Amino acid sequence: MKKRTNISLLAMGAVLLAGTAQADKWSDMFPHIKNSGDIPGECSYASMSKKDYSGRKLTINTHAVPVMGEPTALHAEQFAKLTGAEVNVIHTPAGDLYSKAMVPFQTGQAPYDIVFGFSQWISDWKQYLEPVPAKYVNMKQMQDVTQSHIDVNSWDGTMYQFPIDGDRHYLKYRKDVIDNPEMQAKYKAETGKELRVPQTWKEYGEIATFFNGWDWDNDGELEYGSAEVMAKDNLMFAAFFSRSVAYAKNPRTPGGFFFDLETMEPLINGPGFVEALTDWVEATKYVPPGGINFTLGDETMSFGGGQTLFSYSWDDAFVAAMEDDSLIKNKVGAAPLPGAEKVWNRVTGEWDNEYNQAPYIVWGWTSAVAKKSKNHDVAFDYLCFFSNDANHQADIAIGRFGVNPFRKSDFDPDLYVKNQGWDAEIANEYSDTLLDMEEKSTNRVFPLRTPGVAQFTSAVATGTSKALAGQLSPQEALDEVAAEWTKIVKRIGADTIREAYAIGVALEDAE
Amino acid sequence: MNFRHKYMFLLPGLLVLLGILIFPIGFTVRLSLSSWDSFYPGLDFIGIENYIRLFTDDLRFWEAFGRLSLLSLTTVFLQYVIGFALALMVWKDIVFQRFFRVLFLIPMMTTPVVMTVIWRTFFHESLGPLNDFFNLFGMTPLWLSSELLAKFTVVLVEVWQWTPFMFLLLLAGLLSLPKEPFLAASIDGAGPIRTFVYVTFPLMAPISIGAIIIRLIEASKIMDTVYVLTSGGPGTATETSSFYIFIKGLREFQFGYSAALSLTYLIIMIISFTIIAKILVKLMVRGN
Repeated sequence: MKKRTNISLLAMGAVLLAGTAQADKWSDMFPHIKNSGDIPGECSYASMSKKDYSGRKLTINTHAVPVMGEPTALHAEQFAKLTGAEVNVIHTPAGDLYSKAMVPFQTGQAPYDIVFGFSQWISDWKQYLEPVPAKYVNMKQMQDVTQSHIDVNSWDGTMYQFPIDGDRHYLKYRKDVIDNPEMQAKYKAETGKELRVPQTWKEYGEIATFFNGWDWDNDGELEYGSAEVMAKDNLMFAAFFSRSVAYAKNPRTPGGFFFDLETMEPLINGPGFVEALTDWVEATKYVPPGGINFTLGDETMSFGGGQTLFSYSWDDAFVAAMEDDSLIKNKVGAAPLPGAEKVWNRVTGEWDNEYNQAPYIVWGWTSAVAKKSKNHDVAFDYLCFFSNDANHQADIAIGRFGVNPFRKSDFDPDLYVKNQGWDAEIANEYSDTLLDMEEKSTNRVFPLRTPGVAQFTSAVATGTSKALAGQLSPQEALDEVAAEWTKIVKRIGADTIREAYAIGVALEDAE
Repeated sequence: MNFRHKYMFLLPGLLVLLGILIFPIGFTVRLSLSSWDSFYPGLDFIGIENYIRLFTDDLRFWEAFGRLSLLSLTTVFLQYVIGFALALMVWKDIVFQRFFRVLFLIPMMTTPVVMTVIWRTFFHESLGPLNDFFNLFGMTPLWLSSELLAKFTVVLVEVWQWTPFMFLLLLAGLLSLPKEPFLAASIDGAGPIRTFVYVTFPLMAPISIGAIIIRLIEASKIMDTVYVLTSGGPGTATETSSFYIFIKGLREFQFGYSAALSLTYLIIMIISFTIIAKILVKLMVRGN
């Protein structure tokens, strides 16, 4: 006991004095948590070490390495060492995660005890998932999760998914350029405008164009305006919605962003979305060569590697840029997504000519336990261990892991200053940006969570990629998407879609 | 001997055939008559609704089919020409003959998905090594982002990967040719070109037709290269039938509809290959 107290005192002293590593026996065994050591809790390293799951086998289907796949495998290895369980991790590309879980779900098989996926699939998956038991829902670790992410992982008051990640799209920019007086003067001289964090997507485009294709950081390489997820895969739709919310989410017109909840008519080809897609097509001129083929991984490497001035989407690129071995550590900033100088009013059928900004709470990775699994106890303990305080703090510091803040305690800037060596100003900006979106905005857009969501998002990916490739005009592309959406609604049933969509709309309209 | 005993010997083979061929096709036919998707799992019966949708309301499938025809005919033609040239090169006694024979087979022995990932990295327009080279000359070709170049890149990777297969079949064919016609041509004073045109090529026609058909069947299923290299993009520029069926079936989870697409595709392929084989026989054998 005395020894433990001494270690704790030593660890606390180290944090207070130098903000460096805390050491305990668990961090000696598991260097991943070297910064914090084990943190007491229901699913801490110490608690898990008391469990004996020898002879039990857990099979997990997760994403490919590194995003989410790497932490899944790492925590599986740790969990196996602590509990004696055998944990088999299967890695699957993002585009196949949905079907790899759904096929056995629908045919009554249980090849996986745990499935990882996107939280928006909850509507399709929930009937095949084991609800999170009350003991986990009520534990301290879960009480720290923000209400938004409790909602994300729940359906009609029941938690079906175990929160392991939190996501939202926000703007990332090169602070050393935007805040640089020399660059500001140069920009002013050549454009007559102020160089600042862009407030609108038009301004974003102007600044990105100015900083496209020249070596503005004197590293001998060309830099570009923006890195965006434009590749025709299952994530580009989210980037498009991020650009659309400013033009199409009008706080004066409740009752749906993607559909008119009353008629279930798609709104995706309205002038707001078309304006956003027009901007996006324009953006193909200020992304790096081949930028229209950038996946999320490419975006993370590009912005995180210092190749572009701007980026937006998930946290990964920002966290990668702020890692210790990054050349641009403490040179990047976070800000809300740009807005627009006008927003479409679908009731009046005209533009409201006023500034509008709307955060897109895109959500993200989640995990769940299969109802048919015979290892519910081991599976929930694994997920609880995955997201225990020590693992969570270590995971959110590693960009490629794809684990991002979703707890109230994550929005304390000191966490990033002490554990990760961020500048206080950047840490404050980051925490404020995330917290404002999470808790304070009153014009948020939540993703589509309806049956057949993969069909809707696939149609958006196809249509918008045709526009980006120049095969169709933005209006033609979105008309095609709207026509496809109408067919999907007809096939699945307008009432069925409405019932599910109403849950998301209620969250948006309650604000 | 009891006549029934014959059937007993056939039974294991028939059971295997039933299990691996008849059942999957039968199940696919049944699936294609259902609306099985993410929301309505199960084999309900909706008649030929999926087929009506395919023939009246799915232009994208037919566009993908047109693209597939272009890509597969182009790649197989190039594979045949290059494979034949390589086979001719190592047919006769040359220095390091065995080394070259093995060298030419290496691409075929690599795993397609892994190699395509490497090609993707190689062709990456801003982070890949190929454009580092082109940048020296002030050029930045958009290998994966331009509609035309993306098609070219897919063709290039397919040709690189599968030309060795064509090479192997054609080399085996060349090695099995009788020597007498070549001796006769030599006595008649025919040069290398005349010998090739009037002796080698006609004698190789039956083997060539077999090799071309086998490769066409494989090329028509092109999937992994497109999936890894371009995801069917930019836009739908490299989207082929099999990739489209994959999207409908496993991404959008429209099982019933994708079964209808698969069966239609299968029937079209059987008819197409029958016609192509007849044309090739007419051109390469009878035309002789």
